[in-house]
Amino acid sequence: MSGNEIVTDVVVIGAGPCGLFAAFELGLLDLKCHFIDILDRPGGQCAELYPEKPIYDIPGFPMITGQGLTENLMAQIAPFAPEFHFNRMVNSITKQDDGSFVLVTDADEVFHAKVVVIAAGGGSFQPKRPPVDGIEQYENKSVFYSVRKMDDFRDQDVVIVGGGDSALDWTLNLQPIVRSLTLVHRRDAFKAAPASVNKMKELVMEGKINFLLGQIAKLDGENGQINHVHLTTDAGDLSVPATRLLPFFGLTMKLGPVADWGLELNDNLIVVDTEKFETSVPGVFAIGDINTYPGKLKLILSGFHEAALMAQRAKKIISPDERVVFQYTTSSTKLQKKLGVA
Amino acid sequence: MKILVTDQVGTEHELEGLEGWRVMEVIRDWGLNIKAECGGALSCATCHVYVDKSWLDVVGAPSDEEEDMLDSVGDVRSNSRLSCQLLMSDALDGLKLTLAPSAAKEEAA
Repeated sequence: MSGNEIVTDVVVIGAGPCGLFAAFELGLLDLKCHFIDILDRPGGQCAELYPEKPIYDIPGFPMITGQGLTENLMAQIAPFAPEFHFNRMVNSITKQDDGSFVLVTDADEVFHAKVVVIAAGGGSFQPKRPPVDGIEQYENKSVFYSVRKMDDFRDQDVVIVGGGDSALDWTLNLQPIVRSLTLVHRRDAFKAAPASVNKMKELVMEGKINFLLGQIAKLDGENGQINHVHLTTDAGDLSVPATRLLPFFGLTMKLGPVADWGLELNDNLIVVDTEKFETSVPGVFAIGDINTYPGKLKLILSGFHEAALMAQRAKKIISPDERVVFQYTTSSTKLQKKLGVA
Repeated sequence: MKILVTDQVGTEHELEGLEGWRVMEVIRDWGLNIKAECGGALSCATCHVYVDKSWLDVVGAPSDEEEDMLDSVGDVRSNSRLSCQLLMSDALDGLKLTLAPSAAKEEAA
């Protein structure tokens, strides 16, 4: 086993509210968690979709924001020191002969875990693909959803689509190195830092970039290389010569590799029982929005309940001979010691 | 009260809804192809619909926040709306709309 392989009791896939709370329930049972999440921070949908929006149905909180809930959960699980691996996606889960699991991420990291908890919500957040026929054949060759290496854009004819911070920031950052740059947005209003918008407008005035009001309709090219982007605009259809396209339409949730893990699925949800919230593969659990069972409600509070029951079963798998006494945090000195309050 | 919804493959559905329901919720509960991933929090644009032109005046214009969210889909038209922002009422009884391609769910694995 090489040094960068991680051995732990439990890998939790997804650091949204239900996954985070799972670390609490598992921690009370002395189980150590590692989180893997495709986002760059904890909170899942609470962080990505509605950090500022109020939530009214968390028990004990008449109102809390997505961000507030995430912060509280992070504080609640801090005593158990879970470890976080962000900006990564689990590609594969393989069951070993001894019943444990090996997980490999898209960054080629290897995790060894006795139990896997899938708390992946609506799947992994991935860039939204614009509704343009055949765009797949150009992806990662001449159509990119993020800039990994600026050099890929040097001396290219670049079209950037979108009106948010990503579109504006990359317009400003790439402009000095490209051959030509066209920013395309559907309207003359931007949801981006005003300073960036002003800078972009200056570049347009100086003739250094083009700005077009419109939407992408079609791509021309061959062998993965685009050569023209066709736009629909109020003034009619336009064709812009382009060798690189960067659409920035934000993120959407996609099931992703979960579909290939050999778990029983129903309409892209993972089928679990309601006693242990275990999937069709013993030792792999699914909690929160990603699971389904009769009567399932996609509520954060349901995921909290599921986490508690899952943890009991996970403990039995990991420590089959240990006798576990059910205890309350209010009265158990042992639990309070674990929480660092006794 | 009813709404008339044409889905992404061109099939028309007559859906019964209740006063105060979001149009998105009616479409979702009848099992049509709408992702609606944020659940109505005006935080995504995956309940995007095209309102029939004859209904545009009744439905009215989107708010600034809704316009901002519409920036995250690539198939916006002049009659685009997010259906989570339309509330069922007597005034909208008979509303006609079409589901946008960008509202489609991921195909089941």
